[in-house]
Amino acid sequence: MLVPLSWLKDYVDINVSIDELAHRLTMSGLAVEKIERLGAEWERDKIFVGRIVRIDQHPNADRLVLATVDYGAPEPQTVVTGAPNLKVGDTGQKVAFAVVGARVIDGHKDDGSILVIKPAKLRGVQSAGMVLSEKELGLSDSHEGIIILPPDAPVGVPLADYLGDIVLDIELTPNLTRASNIVGTAREWAAISGQQVRYPNTEMVAEGEPAAGKARVVIEDPDLCSRYSATIIEGVTIHPSPQWMGRRLTLTGMRPISNIVDVTNYVMLELGQPLHAFDYDKLVARAGGQPPTIIVRRAKPGEEMRTLDGVQRKLLPDMLLICDTAGPIAIAGVMGGEETEVSAETTRILLEAANFNNLNIRRTAALLKLPSEASARFGRGIHPALTVTAAQRATELMRELGGGTIAGGVVDEYSVPAETVVAALATRDVQRILGMDLPAERVVEILRALEFEVEIADQHGDDWRIRAVVPPHRLDVSHSYDLLEEVARIEGYDRIPATLMSDELPPQRPSGDIDREERVRDLLAGAGLQEVMTYAMTSPEREATLHPGLSAEAVDEPPYLVVANPIRPDRAVMRHTLLASALETLANNARYRERIAIFEVAPVYLPLPGEALPQEPRRLVIALAGPRQSAAWSGTSAELFDFYDLKGIIDMLLRRMGLEGTWAPLTDHPTFHPGRAAQVCLADGPALGPAGELHPLVRDAFNAQSGADLPAAPILLAELDLDAILARATMDVIHTPILNRPPAKIDLAVVVDEAVPQARVLDAIKASGGELLREVGLFDVYRGPQIGAGKKSLAYALVFQAADRTLTDAEVAAQTQRIVDRLARDLGATLRA
Amino acid sequence: MEKKAQDMAAMQADALARLAEAQDDAALAAWRNEILGRKGVISEAMRGLGQLPAVERPAAGQRFNEVKTALETAYTEAEARLKAQALAASLASETIDVTLPGRPAGVGGLHLITRTLREIREIYGQMGFQVYRSRQIETDDFNFGLLNMPKHHPARDMQDTFYVLPPEADLDADLLLRTHTSPGQIHAMREYYPEPIRVILPGMVFRFEPVTVRSEMQFHQVEGLAVGRHITMADLKGTLINFAHRFFGPQYGVRFRPSYFPFTEPSVEMDIECIVCGGKGCSICKRSGWLEILGAGMVHPTVLRNGGYDPDVYSGFAFGMGVERPAILKHRIDDIRLFFSGDLRFLEQYA
Repeated sequence: MLVPLSWLKDYVDINVSIDELAHRLTMSGLAVEKIERLGAEWERDKIFVGRIVRIDQHPNADRLVLATVDYGAPEPQTVVTGAPNLKVGDTGQKVAFAVVGARVIDGHKDDGSILVIKPAKLRGVQSAGMVLSEKELGLSDSHEGIIILPPDAPVGVPLADYLGDIVLDIELTPNLTRASNIVGTAREWAAISGQQVRYPNTEMVAEGEPAAGKARVVIEDPDLCSRYSATIIEGVTIHPSPQWMGRRLTLTGMRPISNIVDVTNYVMLELGQPLHAFDYDKLVARAGGQPPTIIVRRAKPGEEMRTLDGVQRKLLPDMLLICDTAGPIAIAGVMGGEETEVSAETTRILLEAANFNNLNIRRTAALLKLPSEASARFGRGIHPALTVTAAQRATELMRELGGGTIAGGVVDEYSVPAETVVAALATRDVQRILGMDLPAERVVEILRALEFEVEIADQHGDDWRIRAVVPPHRLDVSHSYDLLEEVARIEGYDRIPATLMSDELPPQRPSGDIDREERVRDLLAGAGLQEVMTYAMTSPEREATLHPGLSAEAVDEPPYLVVANPIRPDRAVMRHTLLASALETLANNARYRERIAIFEVAPVYLPLPGEALPQEPRRLVIALAGPRQSAAWSGTSAELFDFYDLKGIIDMLLRRMGLEGTWAPLTDHPTFHPGRAAQVCLADGPALGPAGELHPLVRDAFNAQSGADLPAAPILLAELDLDAILARATMDVIHTPILNRPPAKIDLAVVVDEAVPQARVLDAIKASGGELLREVGLFDVYRGPQIGAGKKSLAYALVFQAADRTLTDAEVAAQTQRIVDRLARDLGATLRA
Repeated sequence: MEKKAQDMAAMQADALARLAEAQDDAALAAWRNEILGRKGVISEAMRGLGQLPAVERPAAGQRFNEVKTALETAYTEAEARLKAQALAASLASETIDVTLPGRPAGVGGLHLITRTLREIREIYGQMGFQVYRSRQIETDDFNFGLLNMPKHHPARDMQDTFYVLPPEADLDADLLLRTHTSPGQIHAMREYYPEPIRVILPGMVFRFEPVTVRSEMQFHQVEGLAVGRHITMADLKGTLINFAHRFFGPQYGVRFRPSYFPFTEPSVEMDIECIVCGGKGCSICKRSGWLEILGAGMVHPTVLRNGGYDPDVYSGFAFGMGVERPAILKHRIDDIRLFFSGDLRFLEQYA
């Protein structure tokens, strides 16, 4: 809401500085976003209100004239000007006059650059000063002619004093209907500063025939229209509004049109009640020469009308219409109809001041995409008491500005009278809720300043029971807590003390899940991965690239949660997997760097059959690509990340979370290389998810779909069920005694068929090693002619140790032999020669 | 005897002079052999002692011992000196250029939002707030209705919403991506009633907004909720001032001004003095000297009731703050889209 100070001062005094005013309004709830100082740059000793003494023809130029201007100095000044709106013979116009040395905006440039006025000779005639255009004053971009001020403008007064203004830009939250008008803003300032509001005159001089005989109002849908008031004025003349009204409209962001239309806007801005002026003669014509009947009803199926912006609009049932017997004449609260709008020839006006259901107007304005000052005010809600007041105020202003005779009285259909709202408050709640000591008397004083009628129902010491009758402009107040807010904001939030809670501490619950999730992040960052966060929304096409050869529809299982109003087509569904997001991140970074190692922790969205709300299981995705080590001057390893880097990270993570992972070959997952992927499971527990090298066809499909380029190096990916990891993670490690007896270390190399997985060999060693086998670690894998084709040699370091004695060579040899025998029996292994 | 004594002194001086000339291990060994060895000068001199008259022997013996000890000490010192010289020379030959870059340690990093969330959790955690998680896809009722924003409520305009189609056509549900973390208030109250509550609810929220330098379609919020029998607006102020001072620094002033949220009343906007210009006014704070940091208020009685708590007995406060915005302010980040870009050039700056 734009509030010109000059207008505000009509209703209340401003007895503090502007900054103080803005601060106190802000701190009581009307947030002043900006203070615009119009004319602040107009130098008070150089730019004045002037009067044209006379206009003479320039002796040497047809298009220039000599303007002699009285600006309060002893001698008038003569300047040369080409302004088209000054003609030879003119006299008496009030203008904005700048003397030599004044700084004004250069009217011939578009960049707002400043021009200092210098004495100049134009076609042989000396010119000292300038009559100014709106553009030169920074008021608008108009440089067609000079600005002509109202006839009563005082000559010699600095222009800044006359035309300058200060406009407050106040941010209105949806509850601030009360401040969506100038009088309402004045009311707030009055309450804060302890003044009374000077309300504008709302009586009208109605000397015509009774209005009741000239129009009838029927409200067919009172649930959407609680009141419809109409006045009629006859014999008006349509012409431009006076300068003061046009200027106030301009300052508040509206465009002056004509006196009648401007009055409807002016009173809306002043009092907050939107108004609409119909051409009464057109209504009479539509009624076949009879007094018209205004009918307020919902639109009928298929109904249409042409609104005053010239658009033929299809109306939906539930949109509220203003109609007459011939059909719709306006969309209630949103826009008038073209046929009945006020034109230059209009002489008789029917003025509408009505109260409509706010939600219905909001909905209609949204559906038709027709936001306006009027629909915004209706949408916030207005009290029906305001219709008659505003109609009378506006009709009287029309009479003053347009002449004519006002028909007697108001045609007023008040179908659903508003109930008086009374809010009760126990003043001890000021302490209970606000935590502030405030005498009950002060509570009452604040509410009365805000125009509540306060009645003290009961007094127990300082705990008073009060009943406050809510004034009509406060539709937002109905309960005790609403009153508390009024008390808090007028007293000032800064008067409320700052304390730390003294209330009982809630039962403390372990927040293990969070701690464990954060531990996962720390471990992965410690392992050299960078955490990323990506969009939760994706497209089925992007995720379908993970299943090359299948269409997006074919992989829609479970179904996607579809965003009804996506911002972009590629962010239209909620993701099923973090893998495609990880590929996006890889592709985005591949342009800048070779080595990429990332992880993300985030939910995916999986609908459950028969359930509206989906599951949101947390997943962990890891992606690696490029050189294993960052480039360094000291010799860069050319080795690329491979499957075992990924596995090492995941095994480290699981072990540090107190878990053990098992890895089984995964040969049929479409996303992964069939020979280089595994299903990761928790030992004796659930599957966590796949891990492996990206299938080359997925790389191709992703690149083709996205137009991006994934890194050419192998891409290692894993997507794990984080909920399962966190649920089973444990930090409760049981101590393993440390043995001080000397260990016996044995290297054992066995040859097995290539097809035998290493894990089976290792398991067999552990199973047959007995208690004395403390450690076993693979340290070499060898293939080559020495051991023959189709075979591989696995070399293990075994450590035997006992708690209570030093092992003898014989004991160690015997135990080793048991292992060798078992390997031979179960896996056909032979000792490597 | 006089002569003998002079011989000894000359011998000592001569030996020491030659020792000083020994500059390597071989020369030192030769000197030792010649002077202190079995057939060396000292041994010879000792043999000479026996030929002296008995009366002279004690004095000559003493002198002899002095000279011998002196030469032995000198030898030890020379040996140590040569060793030190050799080591110094060897070390000097191993000199490296310490200004070459170190080898990368291969440590990854956390996302800036993770770090910021941890900081926020830590501060509120010390004031007794525990973390409560709640879902991202919500019903219209939890996101709006139960928070005192029925359908078509004007306040819904403040939050542009992504709506979600029901996963099956015959399911009747108004689904959406939560526009704020506030639905968690209802979940927490319904779960914990009638216990007092102090929770924070961190998480991702979504807004139907174009993705630009200044706005994102998803971002993080942290909601806070305290409910009890004696919770006041003064507690709200104290709690949030404490947070602001710890998070931004005690040098920045804090102010509270009235605002509007349907689910709190009275409602509050908390501003801190602009951390960029220190309150003097700059383009970041739109010349006001203040930055809006969070919205808060006393839990609306209707919301308390929707959570199961009787507003005549219980009261509470709630607050909600963005996470990206304070991070942007603190670190002077010029583009909000960087947070979800996955761009390592950005992320690694905060690792």
